[in-house]
Amino acid sequence: MNHLSLIIKREYLNKVRNKSFIIMTFLSPLIMVGIFTLVAYLSQLNNDKERTVSILDESGLFIDQFENSQGLQYKMLTDISLSEAKTVAQESENYGLLYIPKTEDIEGLSKAITFYSEDSPSLIVMDDIEEAIEEKANALKLLEAGIDAQAIKELRIEIDTNLETFKGEETSKLGSGLKLAFGGAAGYLLFMFIIIYGNMIMRSVIEEKTSRIIEVIISSVKPVKLLLGKIFGTSLAGITQFLAWVILIGVLSTVVTSIFGIDPAAVPSPQQEMLESGSGEMENIFQDIMLEIGNLPLANLVIMFIFFFIGGYLLYASLYAAIGAAVDSETDTQQFMLPILMPLILAVYVGFFTVIDNPHGTVSQVFSYIPFTSPVVMLMRIPFGVPVWQQILSVVILFATFIGTVWFAAKIYRVGILMYGKKPSYKEIIKWLKY
Amino acid sequence: MEKLLVAQNVSKSFGNYKALNDISIEVPKGSIFGLLGPNGAGKTTFIRIINQITMPDTGEVILDGEPLQPEHIQHIGYLPEERGLYKSMKVGEQALYLAQLKGLSKQEAKKRLKYWFERLEIGDWWNKKIQELSKGMAQKIQFVVTVLHQPKLLIFDEPFSGFDPINANLIKDEILKLREDGATVIFSTHRMESVEEMCDHIALIHESNKILDGKLIDIKRAYKSNTYEVGLHTSDQEKVTAALHEKFEVFPASFKSINNELQYKIKVSEAASANDLVSYLTTQGELTHFVEVIPSANDIFIETVQNN
Repeated sequence: MNHLSLIIKREYLNKVRNKSFIIMTFLSPLIMVGIFTLVAYLSQLNNDKERTVSILDESGLFIDQFENSQGLQYKMLTDISLSEAKTVAQESENYGLLYIPKTEDIEGLSKAITFYSEDSPSLIVMDDIEEAIEEKANALKLLEAGIDAQAIKELRIEIDTNLETFKGEETSKLGSGLKLAFGGAAGYLLFMFIIIYGNMIMRSVIEEKTSRIIEVIISSVKPVKLLLGKIFGTSLAGITQFLAWVILIGVLSTVVTSIFGIDPAAVPSPQQEMLESGSGEMENIFQDIMLEIGNLPLANLVIMFIFFFIGGYLLYASLYAAIGAAVDSETDTQQFMLPILMPLILAVYVGFFTVIDNPHGTVSQVFSYIPFTSPVVMLMRIPFGVPVWQQILSVVILFATFIGTVWFAAKIYRVGILMYGKKPSYKEIIKWLKY
Repeated sequence: MEKLLVAQNVSKSFGNYKALNDISIEVPKGSIFGLLGPNGAGKTTFIRIINQITMPDTGEVILDGEPLQPEHIQHIGYLPEERGLYKSMKVGEQALYLAQLKGLSKQEAKKRLKYWFERLEIGDWWNKKIQELSKGMAQKIQFVVTVLHQPKLLIFDEPFSGFDPINANLIKDEILKLREDGATVIFSTHRMESVEEMCDHIALIHESNKILDGKLIDIKRAYKSNTYEVGLHTSDQEKVTAALHEKFEVFPASFKSINNELQYKIKVSEAASANDLVSYLTTQGELTHFVEVIPSANDIFIETVQNN
């Protein structure tokens, strides 16, 4: 067996057999699914709680306007003063008291209504209440002006624009969000992967230095081979762990869903509430999603994901290894971490702010060529349609730079692994390049 | 004598610091070659160049007639001064890995490891992790790994550090046996008694320069100063002492003796022989002790380093 595959095998087995690695592999999905389940369970509990709001309507205009809904009951109070009503509401532990005073005209209501409660009320409850009042007030106003509200409703025309690209592909507004989700997920995944497993490589280089085995090893193999073997071995271990996580989370979620009848995906989110508001449209939206996924350049995305993932990860991994070689212990790594993290964070920022805004703008384009940001930024741009030559150019730049960083890392590595005792400065590291 | 390793005009600088200045060394086949020098002299850099860990700026190293190249690593066994093993790896697994890196097949490595483990009586460590072993035990494993691929050239940097006297002796005997089996040994140490005991050639490096090299016997001959340690039994000690001081360079000496005698180191001129001194001394009293003072490796080391 040649040296490189020997080293890769050792690094891989060493990582995979490591106790904390095994524990993390199984514990992380457990914790994640556990937290989601807990949140889902708690928010269900919260939803089940009945809230009662007392209403003192002195204007008498809104008697039938408030309909009880799930979790929110309305109780009309009549023939008592405001201060009495407050006491009643408080004593019967109501969520709050809505006070609608009598005003001269309907406009006067806009500032006169008050909601009394123990604490600041939930925004959702206030939205419900305000919506109900506004609806009624507007209807009254129309009536006052002699306009038939029903007629207006019937005369209303709803416009749903059909979107189509010049090439004739159907799209929808939903598509942009979906593209962003795909690109964002890919970019973010890479970002996380780099940070977690880059650190792992760094630690394994430091371990070899502190255990002083390094000189024994490099009297047998070239430092570059050791460096590459480490990067590949750790990457394989990382991919193993990632896959294990995906599978475990999948299995656990299914189990949890079927046992507890809790849908972890049912954690309420603003988007979901939006979707639920028009449940009749659900089917349409689902169809749109399927259509949009079909419209995404999926093959392109998958192929480029693989290229950018490998290239981007290797690029950063070699830098992490160089840092590991330059220092003696993990505590000394901080000063060198910043220059690595900065471009990574920048890439994510550019991705989530600029690319969303304008996927093909100058800033997005420039950052999708710079090798330190391109993996994240380009991955986020691709769903929006990037010419193939641009993608290829970006990949070529990325891999060319990777060769450069490996050369650079190998230089630092070769010298650094044999240096003990003192924390090097940037100036010294630059000097090492010339040794 | 045939040379296994020849270094010709090797120089190496790190930035402005010159670690090795024009070093030329020849290591005869089958010898135990002591590479000596004070701390920071450049020994480790030189050893790393032989191991191709660092490249020389100028100069050439020739191993067994061929300029040094990557394939040669399997002919070299190196035990560095800064040594260690993967702490969380099992002994057997680790030894197999390191042996395979040196070019042995897995089966062959296993076979030889079994032999060595039995020989050093460490067979039951195979499934232990390094972190469960003591430092001396780990050193034994390290020694086995260094010699396992039967290299032509063995380089030991302070091989006895970390060993108790019994194990140090065991390792010393193993090194001597390896030499008998045909290996050449380069041996870097500060323990002069082991140099005295084992080395037949030495080279002394001081402040990046080679200041001395050759056969240990030749060097000792060159460094001897025609000085003899004598014991002289005489009735009139004062008179004899005065006479000796007049005739020779005399230094005080002290050695164990059952006689109550005069004890001196006496240096004679180049032209005079030991016999001349003996015949003079016998006229002065009864000669009870007569030994030529041979400089120890320690003396030579200190003298040359201080004079440079």
